[in-house]
Amino acid sequence: MLKFIVSRFLQGVTILFVIVTLAFFMARLTPGGPFTGEKTLPPEVLKQLNAHYGYDDPLFTQYTNYLGRILHGDLGPSTKYLNRSVNELIAESAPVTFQLGLFSLLIALIIGIPAGAIAAVKRNTKLDYVPMSASMIGICMPTFVMGPVLALVFGLWLGWFNVSGVDSFADLVLPAMTLGLYYAGYVARLTRGGMLEILSQDFIRTARAKGVPERTIILRHALKGGLLPVISFMGPALAGLISGSFVVETVFNIPGLGRFFVAATFNRDFAMIGGTTLLFGVLIITFNLAADIVLALLNPKLRHR
Amino acid sequence: MTRIKPDDPIVEVLQNVEKGASLWSDAWHRLCKNRMAVMSLCIFAFIGILSLLAPWISPYEYDAQNRSYGAQSPSAAHWFGTDTLGRDLLTRVLYGGRVSIGVGFLATAVSLIIGVLYGATAGYKGGKIDAVMMRFVDILYTMPFIIFVIILMVIFGKQFWLLFVAIGAVEWLTMARIVRGQVMAIKQQEFVEAAVSLGYSSPRIILKHLIPNVLGPIIVYTTLTVPSVMLLEAVLSFLGLGVQPPMSSWGLLIKDGAEKMENFTWMLVCPAFFFTLTLFCLNFLGDGLRDALDPKTSAD
Repeated sequence: MLKFIVSRFLQGVTILFVIVTLAFFMARLTPGGPFTGEKTLPPEVLKQLNAHYGYDDPLFTQYTNYLGRILHGDLGPSTKYLNRSVNELIAESAPVTFQLGLFSLLIALIIGIPAGAIAAVKRNTKLDYVPMSASMIGICMPTFVMGPVLALVFGLWLGWFNVSGVDSFADLVLPAMTLGLYYAGYVARLTRGGMLEILSQDFIRTARAKGVPERTIILRHALKGGLLPVISFMGPALAGLISGSFVVETVFNIPGLGRFFVAATFNRDFAMIGGTTLLFGVLIITFNLAADIVLALLNPKLRHR
Repeated sequence: MTRIKPDDPIVEVLQNVEKGASLWSDAWHRLCKNRMAVMSLCIFAFIGILSLLAPWISPYEYDAQNRSYGAQSPSAAHWFGTDTLGRDLLTRVLYGGRVSIGVGFLATAVSLIIGVLYGATAGYKGGKIDAVMMRFVDILYTMPFIIFVIILMVIFGKQFWLLFVAIGAVEWLTMARIVRGQVMAIKQQEFVEAAVSLGYSSPRIILKHLIPNVLGPIIVYTTLTVPSVMLLEAVLSFLGLGVQPPMSSWGLLIKDGAEKMENFTWMLVCPAFFFTLTLFCLNFLGDGLRDALDPKTSAD
């Protein structure tokens, strides 16, 4: 088990290195630098600026300098927001995105798991068909359709929520619903599939024959096994929540990481692109690793692979 | 002894036995019995054909502006209304469908070619080659690809062909895994052995013998890739990174509609409806095909 964790950890570090390198060179390939804006700067000013940020060094020197700074936890200065470091900007915007992500995940689990469990237990009845059709709609409705529709109905028509910006917790409800409902559909389908597989196995029949109450069978045995696919889905789901955050933060005008990243690529803000990419990479890899470890702990068959 | 009545289901089965129903016609029959899948196929074909024929059947040009009129709600002249520049929305939705469905199929084709060849090679070669090739896929899986697609679109931006390459390059991974698994499962069979002993080259065995025998799962997964590709294209267009105006795509139209939904609700509703309906149909069709082609692993 320890060997498994160590090898996966080393793999994760390697991937992070590749991600940082790719992001660095891809951003530098961009035609137009960080200082090509609407007004052209005089050449001497441009030269000064490039020298200040070290963008006049040879590319490889820039790269090694950059790696060195990252290892010291310094993501560099932003070129778009003067005198601000990327660390500061990320520290400001990340909490919003994290809250949003966590809240959406919670919504997805709270709605998805019970819906899937009920559908599995009441298989081929209305209680199965209705939630499963609803989950299909949730999956097929992209976030950038769901978001505006929710904003239109609950924000503009009913006036229950604000549709732009985040000042209070209530402002997170619509964006979190947008992302959460989408994943609730997946979670429900996975829970149902996992539980059906367990419920058809022999040990369930044995338990029933022994007279174990149906409630215990469902909660203790079936649900535990049924949640395995949901847990392994958590890693990719987090990656999805991040890419979802690009869209949802744009729709609801939320000053989070996703919007910062898209803006940074448009502005050619090299340090900002690198910093956000690194953070996303760390998050995705950590969550994938965590999901794998939890799975291995829950499922003895996987433990020795 | 009871006599078999002509409408007894067993009659059909017996007739099939006599005819020796092939795998494909068998699958086709199963698909036809799945009402949702058939309906999905029909609706999707309808939307697809309308979009394809858009330049000939639409009375308006997709970029013909009529500023004096502005945004108009749906009427007899403009069934879906017009956008803020006075362009006919139905026309733009149909043209958008051409782009979205077109990107969907072409990018899927890119991912199909890469994924099938890669997966089949890894599966057939096995051993070290397979281990290295699949390790590479595992690593790519954990990359935050959407980020690189976004950077790529910004760098080379506004180039239409790049959209296919970028999306296709992301979507081939799962296909490679599926095909590899299938090839591993059948490569021990006699017909492969026979091909090897006849001295055929590996590429020939892979292309002519292995791939045709794993077509079922490939078709199923391709059907499910198309909607996810369309979704990615729409996300990029929605963020302003994909298809550029005055061209239209569903992602772009939805972005436009979302900005103006407060006053002109129909601008959001029409493209969103078409897009969601198409995704819905393709997903149901994919599920139906899975049940039809591979009854063992059907959804429940």
